[in-house]
Amino acid sequence: MTSPSVALIDYHAGNLTSVKKALAAVGAQVFVPATPEDVVDASAVIVPGVGHFDATRALGPEWVDAILQRVGEGRPLLGICLGMQWLYEGSEEAPDVRGLGVLSGECRRLKAPPGSALKIPHVGWNSVDQSRDASIMDGVASGSQAYFTHSYVAPITGDTVASTEHGESFASVVQRGQIAGVQFHPEKSGEVGLQILRNWLRQAV
Amino acid sequence: MLAKRIIACLDVRDGQVVKGINFEGLRSAGDPASLARRYNSEGIDELVILDITATLESRRALAETIRAVARELFIPLAVGGGIRTEADAEAAVDAGADKVSLNTAAISNPGLITTLANRYGSQAIVVAIDAKRAGDGTHFAVYSRSGTTSVNRDAVEWAREAESRGAGEILLTSIDRDGTKRGFDCPLTAAVSAAVAIPVIASGGAGGRDHFVEVFTAGRADAALAASIFHYEETSVRALKRHLQQHGIPVRL
Repeated sequence: MTSPSVALIDYHAGNLTSVKKALAAVGAQVFVPATPEDVVDASAVIVPGVGHFDATRALGPEWVDAILQRVGEGRPLLGICLGMQWLYEGSEEAPDVRGLGVLSGECRRLKAPPGSALKIPHVGWNSVDQSRDASIMDGVASGSQAYFTHSYVAPITGDTVASTEHGESFASVVQRGQIAGVQFHPEKSGEVGLQILRNWLRQAV
Repeated sequence: MLAKRIIACLDVRDGQVVKGINFEGLRSAGDPASLARRYNSEGIDELVILDITATLESRRALAETIRAVARELFIPLAVGGGIRTEADAEAAVDAGADKVSLNTAAISNPGLITTLANRYGSQAIVVAIDAKRAGDGTHFAVYSRSGTTSVNRDAVEWAREAESRGAGEILLTSIDRDGTKRGFDCPLTAAVSAAVAIPVIASGGAGGRDHFVEVFTAGRADAALAASIFHYEETSVRALKRHLQQHGIPVRL
C-alpha cells in the first residue's frame, strides 16, 4: 500500500512546518502544490491556516475549481482552523470574501457573555464533545482535549460532529461525506490530534 | 471548559539544558529532547525553549535543539531568548517553533511585534515582560536585558501596548520572585491579566503545587510556567494537575 499523497495548500496564512511534520508522523506524503493544476495529483487535500479570514482571498477561482474538482472525484478534503472556516459560505471577519461554500452557514466572532472574564481569542486546550458518530473521531473519546487558537467560529449545524464551549458552543469537528474540518490544531494536539489525522487519511488510501 | 495551561521551560545553552540536570533515568541528562519527551509523557501542555546565552554559536545549536524537540512532540512549542530580528524569528519558526517570544527587542523596537504578527499571525507572537515592584510596591516596572536594565515603563501599560501592536500572549515574569520558590507574584499577574484580552502566562517563583492554585485564582493567570520544580519527581506535571483539579481548576488530564 503506498502512502497517500496529501496536497497541503499554502496561501500564506501561517507556517506549515508543524502540519507537515504531523502528517509525516502518521505516514502521509505531503506536497505543497505550486499551482492549482498540481492539485490534480493529490489523493487528498488539506487547507490549513491561521489568522484573518481575508487571507483566504488568495484562494482564487483557480484554486477553488481545482479543490472542488478533486472533491467531486471523491477525494477527501480537510480544513484546519481558518481552513475549516473557509469551507463555509463566509465569515463576518471579512464579509466581502466568500468561503468555499461546501458547508452551509456563516462564521462569526466568539462572544463572551457580558461581565464574564473569558478571554477572546480562545487560546489553549479545551474539550471536544462529540454529538454524533463520524469516522474522523474513531478511537477518540468524547471530551478529549485539543489545542485551539482562534477568535471566530463556525456555527453548529447538521454537519457538526463535535462542539466545544468558550462563552458559547461552536462546531469544533465537522464532517459531511469526505469533507471534514477541525477548528483546533490536530498537529499541536498530541495523540488526540494525530489519531484524527490518521482517521482522515484512511479515507485517502 | 478552557483548561489552565501548565508550561515547562527548558533553559538551554549550547544545546544543553542548564538547570537541574540530575534527572534519573534519562540517558543524557542535559538533552532537551529527552527532557521534553518526559514532560510530554507526564502531560505538559506546552514547552518553552529559552536560549539563555543567545550567542551566534548558541543560536546554531538552538535551531538543532528546536528541530530535535519538534520532530517528535506535537504540542505547542515556543522559543525565546535573544530573538532580535525578523531573521531570528524566521530561523526559529522554520526549525519548528510555533511561537516566538520577544523581550528586549520588543521594547527597543515595538514595530517588530507588528511585523511578526502580520507575517505569522498573532497566535505565534508572545511578548515576554520582566517586571519588578517599584515605588510603594503597588507599581510594576519593566526591565530589559534579562532583568538588568530598567526601561522606565509600567508593566500593565506595556502589556496593553504589546497587545495593541499584535501580541497574541503575554509571558509575565516577576523578577522579585524568580528563583525564590516563594510563589508567583499574584497581584502583578492579576493586574496585567485584567488589563488585556489576550492570555497571560505567569512565571517566576513556583515552588509548590499551591502556588499554582493561587496564581490561577487570585492571580487570574491563563497559564503558568516553571522550570526547575518539574525536574524533581515529587512535583511531576501529572501530580500538579491532579492537585489543581482537586481545587476545581480546569486542567487537561
